[in-house]
Amino acid sequence: MDLLNALVAVLNFVVIPATAYGAQLALGALGVTLIYGILRFSNFAHGDTMAFGTAMVILLTWGLQGLGIALTPLPTALLALPVAIALTALLMLGTDRVVYRFYRRKRAAPIIFVMASVGVMFIMNGLTRLVIGVDEIRFDDGARFIIGVADFRRWTGLEEGLALRGTQVITVAAAALTVAWLFWFLNRTRSGKAMRAYSDNEDLALLSGIDPERVVRQTWIIAAALATLAGTLYGLDKSFRAFTYFQILLPIFAAAIVGGLGNPLGAIAGGFIVAFSEVAVTYPWRKIAAYLGWESDGLMQLLSTEYKFAVSFVILIVVLLFRPTGLFRGKSV
Amino acid sequence: MSAPYLAATGMTGGYGKADILHDCTLTVERGQIAVIVGPNGAGKSTAMKAVFGMLPLREGRVTLDGEDIGALSPQERVRRGMGFVPQTHNVFPSMTVAENLEMGAFIRDDDDGIARTMDQVLTLFPVLADKRRQPAGELSGGQRQQVAVGRALMTKPQLLMLDEPTAGVSPIVMDELFDRIIEIARSGISILMVEQNARQALEIADIGYVLVQGANRYTGTGAELLADSEVRRTFLGG
Repeated sequence: MDLLNALVAVLNFVVIPATAYGAQLALGALGVTLIYGILRFSNFAHGDTMAFGTAMVILLTWGLQGLGIALTPLPTALLALPVAIALTALLMLGTDRVVYRFYRRKRAAPIIFVMASVGVMFIMNGLTRLVIGVDEIRFDDGARFIIGVADFRRWTGLEEGLALRGTQVITVAAAALTVAWLFWFLNRTRSGKAMRAYSDNEDLALLSGIDPERVVRQTWIIAAALATLAGTLYGLDKSFRAFTYFQILLPIFAAAIVGGLGNPLGAIAGGFIVAFSEVAVTYPWRKIAAYLGWESDGLMQLLSTEYKFAVSFVILIVVLLFRPTGLFRGKSV
Repeated sequence: MSAPYLAATGMTGGYGKADILHDCTLTVERGQIAVIVGPNGAGKSTAMKAVFGMLPLREGRVTLDGEDIGALSPQERVRRGMGFVPQTHNVFPSMTVAENLEMGAFIRDDDDGIARTMDQVLTLFPVLADKRRQPAGELSGGQRQQVAVGRALMTKPQLLMLDEPTAGVSPIVMDELFDRIIEIARSGISILMVEQNARQALEIADIGYVLVQGANRYTGTGAELLADSEVRRTFLGG
């Protein structure tokens, strides 16, 4: 019985939250990796793109709620997503037009693009705060729980409870669908193959008659969609705060680099690796140890949650030192 | 006699202030194999790039099938029937062989025709048919060159330009590649190629150009150049 209790506790406090968080990081890292693979720079503005996209979702959600439109039991935010993605994509295309295209034409070095993206990051950061403010916003209005703690205890008779929130299931399902679609698009469609060709060999793509500006536009649109989706899922699962999205850039980059920059499969694996490490290292294991017959005075928590970003840093440093191209043979940084 | 299919005449120009090409002329008839040879730094590749529109020319004309194409970008020249195989970085390494060929046909929208060209390419290079699902980056040097040539053939060119197609491949593979190039030319496609292996290349050449310092030094059929004692002594090593 104690073994079962331990298992349920691990599921409840580690596996389920880390899976949802991992899916959110994976979607974020996919956007970063796609931009790196095709436009050849690390986009520091990606976190704030997520924030902007989510802000759009929230504004639209409020609008829909005002009109009395809901999607129960699903959160209204899902209904707002397509329009928010379109708005974010427009912002991305606009940014590309006024900022990145200039450097692309000059064939600027990647580091110049990165610096430009830092500038874009600050502007988007400010823009999001102007539009929606700096406070914490909760906008999940769907059914809270699919499995409640009390219900679970009643069903199983176990001491430990297990909760499965609607947003967690939506997160994983949406991430799986998006990833499946993205892989289908990249591997099966003409446009997707053109994007991969451009990523592989820009000059040869040009010689094959592939229009680079079209590839760039498609990349931004897909990146906007991934960012908005990742941001919204994260916000539904936890809450929205502009600053949190700026911070989440670090684990997202860690995920993309662990997996191998430019490699979509790697971004997904990286997302889960970072998420599981972060949750496992910051979780107090005392209760589970007790179930397994090992009493401890301490919390058995390796790091307090305030230091969770240290986990990303450590992973990042270890990977860069020992395997700079990442686990899945991406491009070296 | 009508004008040659490709006529690049009096090409003069370079990347910066100094000219690399000096009054260089290259012509290719339909179905002919034209070979550019010469010492290192003679501007062989540069001459080819100039023909393809990758080098700004101060003087000179490039006509294809009688039309002046001097103002067209390389991409537009591809659409006009010029296929180009760069010396290096000439495949999409992470994409499969089949996808590489497909990308070659990107500018075409006749699905039946694309499938037919794909069959022709795979008949020409049977080894690619076995490896069609393998990423091009994992192939050997010779196989990669075949993918590169195959990709260019997929654009359905009238003129195929090859920049040192046998660079870095073994002598056996080189012979085989030359055989394939002859086959391509027999199907009516003109070939313009730069070659480091001058002797072997001139053996299959209908017309050969020996460039020295960006200018034409000797021009003749492959056999004539091979028979010319001066050419042999200075460029073919005796």
